[in-house]
Amino acid sequence: MLKNVHFGPSVLPFLLVAPQIIVTIIFFIWPAGQALYQSLLIQDAFGLKTEFVWLENFGILFSEEQYRNSFGRTVVFSSLVAILSMSFALILAVLADRVIKGAGTYRTFLIWPYAVAPVTAGALWVFMFDPTLGIVTYGLSAMGYDWNHKLNGGEAMALVVMAAAWKQVAYNFLFFLAGLQSIPKSLIEAAAIDGAGPVRRFRDIIFPLLSPTTFFLLVINIVYAFFDTFGIVHVMTAGGPAGATNILVYKVFSDGFVGLDLGGSAAQSVILMIIVIGLTVVQFKYVEKKVAY
Amino acid sequence: MSIFKKLFVPAVLAAVASSTGLASAATEVQWWHAMGGTNGERVNKIAADFNATQSEYKVVPTFKGNYTETMTAAIAAFRAKKQPHIVQVFEVGTATMMAAKGAVYPVEQMMKDAGEPFDKSQYLPAVISYYQTSGGELLSMPFNSSTPVLWYNADAFKKAGVASVPKTWPEMKTASEKLVAAGYKCGFSFGWQSWVMVENFSAWHNLPMGTEENGFKGTNTIFEFDNDIVKTHMANLQDWSKNKLFVYGGRRGDSLSMFTNGECGMWMNSSAYYGSIKKQAKFEFGQSMLPFYPNVIKSPQNSIIGGATLWVLKGKKADEYKGVAQFMNYLSSPEVQAWWHQETGYVPITTPAYELSKKQGFYKSNPGTDTAIKQLSLNTPTPNSRGIRFGNFVQIRDVINEEMEAIWSGDKTGAAGMDEAAKRGDVLLRKFERANGS
Repeated sequence: MLKNVHFGPSVLPFLLVAPQIIVTIIFFIWPAGQALYQSLLIQDAFGLKTEFVWLENFGILFSEEQYRNSFGRTVVFSSLVAILSMSFALILAVLADRVIKGAGTYRTFLIWPYAVAPVTAGALWVFMFDPTLGIVTYGLSAMGYDWNHKLNGGEAMALVVMAAAWKQVAYNFLFFLAGLQSIPKSLIEAAAIDGAGPVRRFRDIIFPLLSPTTFFLLVINIVYAFFDTFGIVHVMTAGGPAGATNILVYKVFSDGFVGLDLGGSAAQSVILMIIVIGLTVVQFKYVEKKVAY
Repeated sequence: MSIFKKLFVPAVLAAVASSTGLASAATEVQWWHAMGGTNGERVNKIAADFNATQSEYKVVPTFKGNYTETMTAAIAAFRAKKQPHIVQVFEVGTATMMAAKGAVYPVEQMMKDAGEPFDKSQYLPAVISYYQTSGGELLSMPFNSSTPVLWYNADAFKKAGVASVPKTWPEMKTASEKLVAAGYKCGFSFGWQSWVMVENFSAWHNLPMGTEENGFKGTNTIFEFDNDIVKTHMANLQDWSKNKLFVYGGRRGDSLSMFTNGECGMWMNSSAYYGSIKKQAKFEFGQSMLPFYPNVIKSPQNSIIGGATLWVLKGKKADEYKGVAQFMNYLSSPEVQAWWHQETGYVPITTPAYELSKKQGFYKSNPGTDTAIKQLSLNTPTPNSRGIRFGNFVQIRDVINEEMEAIWSGDKTGAAGMDEAAKRGDVLLRKFERANGS
């Protein structure tokens, strides 16, 4: 016989959830609503003259070449960050999984970068690569290559991708390691007995069984690359030489707070929100079908 | 009652009592500024000295970050009704501040309303013309104004055989060639490139940067700096960068180290870098007037100011504005201005302050330090050299910076870069015109 547990009507659950709901409303719902409202206005910096313009801000945005370029740049940036950080993390996790001696030390060191704040990570990397003072620049010039990310847009993008990916490797590593350890050793041993080499074992057994973790990390990494990389870009290149690293989230800041175009900036943040919601929906609907739980 | 409660409650009561006792002493005047480092200490000194002269008002200076951050903070504070009394806004924010008629309290009007004496004639015309309406009303109080000058390394000149300081751009080219031949890494560099190489370049050669008297007459102005002379100048600079006669070092003051560590023999940037250069340069240095093209103009017109002024925001009580007005007069007094000018390299904003510095023999013992003020007052300003008043200019400067960087990296020709900058700038001008409803 099944025992059904009944909970009587009570205010307690609501009270317990209330703080979280209040925080969510104040820090997420209210600003989002305000951004939605402001995206429908054209106003001066001080808010003294306001003109209600429906979707004209959005139309202006899409007609601007700078905005369309920023789109392309953000796609490039996010894909590079996600692919780089996930591949490196996977390689490191697979290697760390096999280590027995000193495993704890390796894992600790590999996880540490996650604790570094984005701005600090950006400052570290930009200092190492500084065209006048950086140690890596010195090494590169000894090999004959003149690094100057303040002039070269490609180098600026590479620098920002490296710093952003470096930070995420630690996070991905943690999840991949946990995922690897949840794969039953008996499967791997059986495959080994059947004559499958390490690469074959990885491709046909380990990787498919890691797919829930991979899928989850893909979503997290894309969201990270879209939103959490603002600090890194701001500290390192401030949008880059000639806008080379002016990704969408940075453009929201520079148009809104430096350029004081609040309507346009709000419209951009609304579009950004729609993109990420859309990406997540797509990923859940289609990619998850391929995930084998 | 526990011991803890016995001690805790009286302690709290005592703290509350003492704090309320102090609070009613002086009316506070909030001053938000963007002066960091040594200049920030000087700002604090000015405020402390003023507070010591009287007990009715207390000026409280707060450092808010760089110019952009300070302006953004003040605007956000105004929207939240928590604005300061005085905010230091850089010159490119002038159009935005001017257009905010409900937020800004014109200084001249404020002084009159507060009943404080205000003599406009003692202020240097080159400095206040930037901040006056077309009718002559002064909108904000000049505080730290500078103009770009040509800084040079006198020791490097001797070593490279440069006999006299270059006065024209052809002479700049020759001098740079000599410097590079003598082993220096670069001939010259500059910072704040839009201000130095486009805005001041245009004023110095009496060329308009935009229609409607550089925007003074209305927000329907259109950019005109995409003219042949500016384009040729950009192309020259691009050409010279190939042989390191010119080396680019960053948008603002980042290239200072290239000058002070001896890499570049010459540097064009604000006269207000005097303090930093004096501290960091281990060689004999000097400053001279900006170079010009003799085939464009026989002798230079005048340069325009940069730096920032103090704007007063509306929404405070009338007696607080009396304190603000008294502080403004204190700031403009000859002694304070002369001290500020001599320490920082910013120009003195009043004639009495300039005369006082002359009487004190400052220019004799520090030759060249009056270059800035001489450049500004070289000639009576024309509509092309009074200054600029373009909306959204913070962003437009970034646009010009981006296009110039594209020219230095070889991605664009000088002509294409300037065309694109003017085109993108015009879009931003139209946005400002639309948002500000005129």
